[in-house]
Amino acid sequence: MKPVHDPWYAGQRPRGRTGAGMSARVPAVDLVGVRKHFGSVEAVRGIDLRIEPGEVVAFLGPNGAGKTTTIDMVLGLSAPSDGTVTVYGMPPRDAVRKGLVSAVMQSGGLLKDLTVAETVAYTAHLFTATRPPDEVMERAGITAIGSRLVGKCSGGEQQRLRFAMALLPDPELLLLDEPTQGMDVEGRRGFWAAIRRDADAGRTVVFATHYLEEADTYADRVVLVRQGEVVADGTASEIKAMAAGRTVRATLSGTDGAALRAIPGVDRVETHGSSVVVHCSDSDAVARYLLTETPAQNLEIAALGLEEAFVALTGAEPAAGGASGTAASRTRAPS
Amino acid sequence: MTVPTTTGAPRADRTVPPFGGFSPGLVRLEVRRLLRNRRTVIFTVLFPVFFFLIFGLNSAYASNRIGRGNESAFIMISMALYGAVLATSSGGAMVSVERLAGWSRQLRITPLQPAAYIAVKMATSLVLGLAAVLAVYVVGILSHKPSMPVELWVATGAALWVGSLLFAAFGLFVGYLLPSENVMQIIGFALMLFSFGGGLFIPLSQFSHPLRVLATYTPLYGLNQLVHYPLVQGSFAWTWVANLLAWLVIFTSGAIWRFRKDTDRV
Repeated sequence: MKPVHDPWYAGQRPRGRTGAGMSARVPAVDLVGVRKHFGSVEAVRGIDLRIEPGEVVAFLGPNGAGKTTTIDMVLGLSAPSDGTVTVYGMPPRDAVRKGLVSAVMQSGGLLKDLTVAETVAYTAHLFTATRPPDEVMERAGITAIGSRLVGKCSGGEQQRLRFAMALLPDPELLLLDEPTQGMDVEGRRGFWAAIRRDADAGRTVVFATHYLEEADTYADRVVLVRQGEVVADGTASEIKAMAAGRTVRATLSGTDGAALRAIPGVDRVETHGSSVVVHCSDSDAVARYLLTETPAQNLEIAALGLEEAFVALTGAEPAAGGASGTAASRTRAPS
Repeated sequence: MTVPTTTGAPRADRTVPPFGGFSPGLVRLEVRRLLRNRRTVIFTVLFPVFFFLIFGLNSAYASNRIGRGNESAFIMISMALYGAVLATSSGGAMVSVERLAGWSRQLRITPLQPAAYIAVKMATSLVLGLAAVLAVYVVGILSHKPSMPVELWVATGAALWVGSLLFAAFGLFVGYLLPSENVMQIIGFALMLFSFGGGLFIPLSQFSHPLRVLATYTPLYGLNQLVHYPLVQGSFAWTWVANLLAWLVIFTSGAIWRFRKDTDRV
C-alpha cells in the first residue's frame, strides 16, 4: 500500500475563522463538562471548551494544570471520567482513524532503530491516504537527515520528525503538547515558523505550553488552565489587558487591610512585615488614600507584567479574594 | 472529489484503512528493523546452525537410524525448532521495548488498531522464524549428514515453523509483562530451560525419572514431540497435543490479558 497523493489537497484551503453566523457548523473540538480523575486525584475538574475550525488556540498553564490529560482525551488516548469529548462531531478515536486529527507529543514515541525516513514511511503506511512523505519531510525540515537513525538525532530533530509524522494525514486539527520543550531558541523559532505557515493555510492548531510568550506570539486565542479548570479564555490581547492592572507598594506599619480593600478597583492586598502591596486597577485612588489618610512612605506604583498576570491567574496559590475568578469572568468571551 | 468549502467541514472522503491498518509494507519495515539488530540475528539464526554443526554431525551417532531417517535429521529438526521459537518469541517481545519507547502510544494516535499491531508483530516473527528454519535446513543439506525422505524435510520444517507461533504468544505475554530492555535475556534463559525440558538438547531418556515426568509439563515438550513424529513414527501420544493446547491457551490468554490492560492504560 503506497501513500496516495490526493488531488484534493492541490486546491487552496480557505482560512476558516470564527465569526458571526457560523455557529451552526461542527466545532473542531467540543468538551462538555469534562472531568478526569485518577483514583482520588482530580486532574481535570469540569472543562467546557469549544474550538472552531481554523482557530489557533494556546492551552496555557503551569505543569500539572491538566493540559496533557485534556489533550489525551481529545486524542482518544483516555476516556473522560465524566462529560463528553467530540472531535468534528465524532468520538475522538473515530476522528483519529480517519486522519482528521494528529498530534505532536511531548517526548518519546519514536523507535531508535529506524531511520528518520523509515519512520515517516512507517507512519504513512498506517493511513489510507497521506501527503507524500518527501513533502512532509521537506516542510518539517528533515529532508537532509532522512537516512539518519532516530537514536542519533538531537531533541529538536526528533521533534521535527514528530511534526512531519503529524502532517502526513493532512489533519484538520493538529494538537501539540509542549512541542518546543528542550529545544534551543533557534530550534524553537524554526519550529514555530513551520507551525504558523501551516495554521495560516487554515489548519486548526491547539498547543499546550507553559511559555507565556509562545502563547502570546503564536495563538489567536489563549485558554488559561489551572488545577484542571479553565480560569480565563480570550484573545491574546484580552489576556494582555488583564495585565493592565497596577501594583502600589509602600512602607506602612499597621495596615488597615479592610479600608484598603474598600477602595474601588482594589483586587488584593498583601502585607509583608512593614510593607504593603496593593493590586488594583485604579492606582491613583490607592495612592491618594495612602498619602493622605495614612503615614505611608516610599510609595511605588508599577504596571503588572504579562508574567505576573500569568502567575496571578495560574499560580499554585489562588489569591484569597479570588482575583483569578474576577479575571476569568471579565475575559471569558461572550457566547 | 469534495470541493473545499468555507465552512471548514472535514472532508467527507476520509476513510478508515482496511484490516485495522495491517499491511505488508509494515511487515517489510519491521523485518528490516529486526535484521538491523545484529544480536537478534546472531542468536536466532546463527546459534541454532552452530549447535547443529556441533551435535548433529558427530560421526559417533549421526548416522544411527531413527524411524524413517537418521539421528542427524532428528537433531536438525530440534535445532530448527529452537531457532524458530527464539525468533518468534523475540518478535513478540519487541512490544516491551516499543512500549518503553512510547511507540505503542504513538501508534494509538494513528488508525492502526491494537489487534492489527499484534498481527504485524506475529507476521514479522514468522519471517524471522522462517529464516532460522531455512538456515538450519540448508546447512543440513550441505552437510549431507541428515537423511530422511524429501517430503519429511518439508513436513517437519513447515510443522515446526507454524508451531513456533505458540512462542510468539509467549513473547508477547512476557513483553507486556516485563517492560524492560532486558526482556530478551530473560526470554533467552527461559527458552534454554524449556529446550532442555522439551528434549531439544538432551534426550529425555537421560533424565532421572522425576525430572522426566516434570519435563513432560514444560511448554516445548508437546510441540517438540509432534514435529519429530513424522520422522520417528511409532506410538502417538495425545498428551503431546494436550501439552501444546494447554500452553497455547496459557500464553494466548496471558498475552490478551496484559494487552487489554495495556490498551486501557495507554
